[in-house]
Amino acid sequence: MRSADTGRPSPRHRWKGRPTAAWPGLRTLTPYLGVLPFLAYVGVFLIYPTLVVVVGAFQGDDGHLSTANVRVLSRGVYLEAFVRSIELSATAAMVGAVLGSLLAWAVTTARPDGTLRRTVLAGCGVLAQFGGVTLAFAFIATFGLTGLVTVYLKDHLGIDIFANGVWLYDMPGLILVYSYFQIPLMVIVFLPALDGLRPQWREAVQSLGGSTWRYWRHVAGPVLGPSFLGASLLLFANAFSAYATAAALVSQGSPIVPLEIRNYFTSEVLLGRQNIGKALGFSMIVVVAVVMVLYALLLRRAARWLR
Amino acid sequence: MLEFSTREGGGRRGFRAWAAIGDTPALVSAVTTSLTLAGLTVSAMLLLLVPTLAWVRLRLPRARRPVEFLCLLPLMIPAIVLVVGIAPLYAWVAYLLGDSPLTLTFVYVVLVLPFGYRAIDAGLAAIDLRTLAEAARGLGASWPTVLLRVVVPNIRSALVGASFLAVALVLGEFTVASLLNFDNFQVTINLLGKGDAELSVAVSLAAILTAFALLLAISFVGRRGRSSP
Repeated sequence: MRSADTGRPSPRHRWKGRPTAAWPGLRTLTPYLGVLPFLAYVGVFLIYPTLVVVVGAFQGDDGHLSTANVRVLSRGVYLEAFVRSIELSATAAMVGAVLGSLLAWAVTTARPDGTLRRTVLAGCGVLAQFGGVTLAFAFIATFGLTGLVTVYLKDHLGIDIFANGVWLYDMPGLILVYSYFQIPLMVIVFLPALDGLRPQWREAVQSLGGSTWRYWRHVAGPVLGPSFLGASLLLFANAFSAYATAAALVSQGSPIVPLEIRNYFTSEVLLGRQNIGKALGFSMIVVVAVVMVLYALLLRRAARWLR
Repeated sequence: MLEFSTREGGGRRGFRAWAAIGDTPALVSAVTTSLTLAGLTVSAMLLLLVPTLAWVRLRLPRARRPVEFLCLLPLMIPAIVLVVGIAPLYAWVAYLLGDSPLTLTFVYVVLVLPFGYRAIDAGLAAIDLRTLAEAARGLGASWPTVLLRVVVPNIRSALVGASFLAVALVLGEFTVASLLNFDNFQVTINLLGKGDAELSVAVSLAAILTAFALLLAISFVGRRGRSSP
């Protein structure tokens, strides 16, 4: 541009004129530069790994496009792992949703900024997010073979909770330990919805002669319904993608999908089919994504009343 | 039920196990690693998110949806799946930056992205960012000055909340570290558990209680932030 300029405008003028005259697109592009570092980081450490998994899932061992890996998943051990994973997540989600909403309801009856509520919420935050390995150990200390409750029940009440074999490191144990973090998560997620219930609604029902049952059936139920379902879906996704607790509890064998992935991860070479782990990962993303989209939709529905 | 789990964990402890926490070198180094990781992750997260989110709100409203989607994406991708994808990348990271557990920061920033995003976005939504920024710019402040001296002090409680959450998450992280073969706090607890169950239960309890105190502290910080605007 300068070479074409014979008149040599003053520097100030040149600076002003440049963006629009020489690169008309520059002014519209500048704002995008501000998000560039973020995009670069996310691109490298989030998008790229995701693409690796997704692309790998559809790649045969020779690098060509193939659906073999994904087809393998619909058979044998993988199918079983999936069924078990979904059963486990669904059960843990239901237990968590029911007990968690009851606990949340109990918390709402306390003062909004009281110590009880603060303590319960902080405790729930710890259990729901900190979780993982530490929870598994708390669990072993409680219900393990020499755990406190186990020993107490045996010594004082004569009940052997492991009379029918050690269920602790199997599905029932996993469901039980998963509820350790599912219930707190439900409390955290469901509490805002319960807080949204206005006392006026209850008073309105009562002044119109309605019973408590009618209030729950016709007012609170429909308002809370979407939130409850949404929270259950979130719990499902949470249980489905949980790994640490199960890994700490079950050190051998692979009853559920995340542990199956661990198998592939630690012994990829041995098994020869390197991309099955990625296919498993891909299918997990699909399941969780579907659940989360449903969750978002339900949340939008729930937001109508909970303003 | 939360009382229950912690109490039982504590009920079985002997003082021997508690005393052993201090003189298990592996544990001490793992705690140091995890704490350093937490610090690095928090600073990287704030450095990445605060300018970007402020910028998006001020200059690029069109990008809000995509940025939100990207930030919440880690919720849809289970950590274990992310590890599968990121493992090849870590060969490069190790090649370029050495094989230190501190390189885990990169993944952890991704993991804390959704929580950081929510807290910081809520913080930015609560202040009149546009007016503040325009006023500062009108008085001749540069963009870094606007960010550091105007935006950051105004959303401090949101930043504190985001940081505490990130710290709790990093200290509790197991999946990524264990699968990439780095020894952080949780991985070490798990390893110790195979040899000395009481010790790891004691450590677990200590960890849970610490995190509990941390979160309780946030709830007070949050309240103070609201009562004195």
